Amino acid sequence: MTQVHNHEYDVVIVGAGGAGMRAAIESAPHAKTAVITKLYPTRSHTGAAQGGMAAALANVEEDSWEWHTFDTVKGGDYLVDQDAAEILAKEAIDAIIDLENMGLPFNRTPEGKIDQRRFGGHTRDHGKAPVRRACYAADRTGHMILQTLFQNCVKLGVEFHNEFYVLDLLLSEEKGQTRTSGVVAYELATGDIHVFHAKSVVFATGGFGKMFKTTSNAHTLTGDGVGIVWRKGLPLEDMEFFQFHPTGLAGLGILLTEGARGEGAILRNASGERFMERYAPTIKDLAPRDIISRCMVQEVAEGRGAGPEKDYVLLDCTHLGAEVLETKLPDITEFARTYLGVDPVHEPVPVMPTAHYAMGGIPTNTDAEVLKDNTTVIPGLYAAGECACVSVHGSNRLGTNSLLDINVFGKRAGRNAAAYALKAKHVALPKAPESDVLKLVETLRASNGSENVATLRKELQVEMDRNAQVFRTEESLKHAEDVIADLRARYANIGIHDRGQRFNTDLLEAIELGFLLDLAEVVVVSARNRKESRGGHMRDDFPDRNDADYMVHTMAYKADDSIRLDWKPVVITNYQPMERKY
Amino acid sequence: MSDIAEVQSFTVTFIIRRFNPETDTEPYWQDFDVQMYSTDRVLDALHKIKWDVDGTLSFRRSCAHGICGSDAMRINGRNRLACKTLIKDLDISKPVYVEAIKGLPLEKDLIVDMEPFFAAYREINPFLQTSAKPEKEHIQSPEQRARFDDTTKCILCAACTTSCPVFWTDGQYFGPAAIVNAHRFIFDSRDEEAQVRLDILNSKEGVWRCRTTFNCSEACPRGIEVTKAIAEVKQAVLRGVR
Ligand SMILES: Cc1cc2nc3c(=O)[nH]c(=O)nc-3n(C[C@H](O)[C@H](O)[C@H](O)COP(=O)(O)OP(=O)(O)OC[C@H]3O[C@@H](n4cnc5c(N)ncnc54)[C@H](O)[C@@H]3O)c2cc1C
Ligand code: SF4
Ligand code: FES
Repeated sequence: MTQVHNHEYDVVIVGAGGAGMRAAIESAPHAKTAVITKLYPTRSHTGAAQGGMAAALANVEEDSWEWHTFDTVKGGDYLVDQDAAEILAKEAIDAIIDLENMGLPFNRTPEGKIDQRRFGGHTRDHGKAPVRRACYAADRTGHMILQTLFQNCVKLGVEFHNEFYVLDLLLSEEKGQTRTSGVVAYELATGDIHVFHAKSVVFATGGFGKMFKTTSNAHTLTGDGVGIVWRKGLPLEDMEFFQFHPTGLAGLGILLTEGARGEGAILRNASGERFMERYAPTIKDLAPRDIISRCMVQEVAEGRGAGPEKDYVLLDCTHLGAEVLETKLPDITEFARTYLGVDPVHEPVPVMPTAHYAMGGIPTNTDAEVLKDNTTVIPGLYAAGECACVSVHGSNRLGTNSLLDINVFGKRAGRNAAAYALKAKHVALPKAPESDVLKLVETLRASNGSENVATLRKELQVEMDRNAQVFRTEESLKHAEDVIADLRARYANIGIHDRGQRFNTDLLEAIELGFLLDLAEVVVVSARNRKESRGGHMRDDFPDRNDADYMVHTMAYKADDSIRLDWKPVVITNYQPMERKY
Repeated sequence: MSDIAEVQSFTVTFIIRRFNPETDTEPYWQDFDVQMYSTDRVLDALHKIKWDVDGTLSFRRSCAHGICGSDAMRINGRNRLACKTLIKDLDISKPVYVEAIKGLPLEKDLIVDMEPFFAAYREINPFLQTSAKPEKEHIQSPEQRARFDDTTKCILCAACTTSCPVFWTDGQYFGPAAIVNAHRFIFDSRDEEAQVRLDILNSKEGVWRCRTTFNCSEACPRGIEVTKAIAEVKQAVLRGVR
């Protein structure tokens, strides 16, 4: 029998990746805080991040946060909210120092300062040349961030509820305002349900790359948090913008950091030509990701791909030498050896774009408060990290700006959530707050239809790769929309095997697929509606950026059985949109 | 890369130790025949079984490329990550045996209770302790940074600890992973509380339990020289850190 437990906290943080734990470190010393996470904290995908975290420390060459702001705005193809980008770049410096002071073992310069390296799109003086702005720890920067934040949570005695899946957000209307009273979670070990009554709730649930087949994302990145918010009728922003990282291991999607190109690696086509010279003469292989991914796909489409099927290009690191590879890029060197049997010291590595990062998500203001329309916040509800859209990344995120985002806005979310909880009262729980989750879980547990969860998920992933990836058209997106509608209908007729209470991962995969299907539809519908090309969203049928009609954020709302689309203005402070050339 | 075009699949037999606490009194072994490619991982086999044959098969996984530490298990009697063990590196003329790691309470199939493992980790104060309040970063030379590089790589997968015969028989022993994480701070030039950790590890459940069987070093999927780290901690207990 499923049991229901009740808990009461000031602040509940959903997710224990970089954003969630950074928030917890801010909140726990001041307010009674719980972190609820479906994975053990150190399993979170922040640990997979490799290349670095940007901050204009100017430790190795001249740099300024203003240049960083400009690069972020331009990298995002001007769809960035410039007030937010300015906060990101300014607070970056403290964010790095915070992490170092907490114990993060950054690589060092000969003088013992934090070392920095080049990364795509980060330049000196508004695009003049690449600049060394990425602080890093070999190619394990995310691992070190995740470990350091976890260590500091242990130090502070932060309370974790590990392997608890949050499946519902509790909202109610009070005095004409939408307010939250907490969340409802499912405990993997026992199958029990837990109601968390809280004054503030922070969503930090990460991305949803698993809607694509070729992805750098973990199996568990299924967009649950974003999906929950969506099902509650709250809007999602800029969902059409998904980043395809140029260098995934061909056929596998496992990431090889852009830090490799930062250290000097070069992309080549079948004839050995350094093709990026043709497309981005100034910064070549360090152009932003959206541009490089498109060039790679184009090289392959025009018959210049390498390999027996001519279906990938090559990342050439051979001239870097064993020493640089072993000391600055040891993990990716090992990935290529282990998973492709290719030794980067001696041979170029087969690569192709891999679905990597969700620019869109839960709209928030710069205080990390969740918006229910273009301007109204929901008091006490916060979001930060990859699940959120502030928007500091616009239509294309620069490398090293996400580890930065999770630290800057994770910190803001935690601090503001605690401050809010100290002055607010608990909102009364709705009647039987667990009922929706109980119904969802019991229906799926008993499901015995003829459709298989894994089959539907695979069909979704294949369709998204084929029709909603680097290049999109009205026709491809319409096709994807129809396929998703069909998959959603078939999802209603799934059957699972495991009817047990304990560690029922079969049941949870079914629930996760539900979120993926919901979000894939939002991605595709938003993409169809944006009849221009900008950043990560490339329409073959509308190849140019169209500022007159589309210099606005997309806001998608769930409306009964359809999706309603609206727009939200972009905040422009200092930088007028210009053509994006590198 | 030359053989990438040869896509040849073959049947591999996996024999998996199953246990469902809701229905079984004892664990038992169950066979599955799976079509595999040589570049597939053991994790792919587990997924094929779960997704196509038996959805009740339960295991943890997330990243699928050896960095999250979710899927340590015993594969042919050795502790390894399922996502880092390729079929081509196994002798598939014989069945492949897969079971949960040993020494932690079995929960279901390949899932164990990790709480005792993390409790040992928490015991050694796994966080930087310093009274210094630098205006910016602490200064640390590349050499000082290199001193503890190896042990910063730990992903807390428990492969080492649960391959240790001392840990199997003495559940109180901190185990290699906790010592590795103590090492990471003891040899960090910025940390001031090395002695406290050394005192903890000098206790009866500490480093002296280690019998240097080297199982842990062989098990570590991150290539950390675990036995060497333990030896350095033993030395530091006797002679001090520097
Ligand atoms: C391979 C790779 C390399 C990268 N390299 C870089 C880099 O070099 N620089 C950079 O800036 N960015 C990089 N990124 C991007 C960056 O790492 C991520 O965007 C960022 O770490 C996301 O952090 P997060 O805290 O938002 O989410 P995550 O770290 O993904 O954490 C999500 C958390 O939410 C929890 N969760 C999810 N759903 C639920 C639920 N239903 N209930 C309870 N808990 C839930 C999970 O348990 C997890 O703890 C990289 C990304 C990848 C995939
Ligand atoms: S030392 Fe190695 S085997 Fe042990 S927990 Fe850490 S990563 Fe795993
Ligand atoms: S699944 Fe992450 S280490 Fe294997």
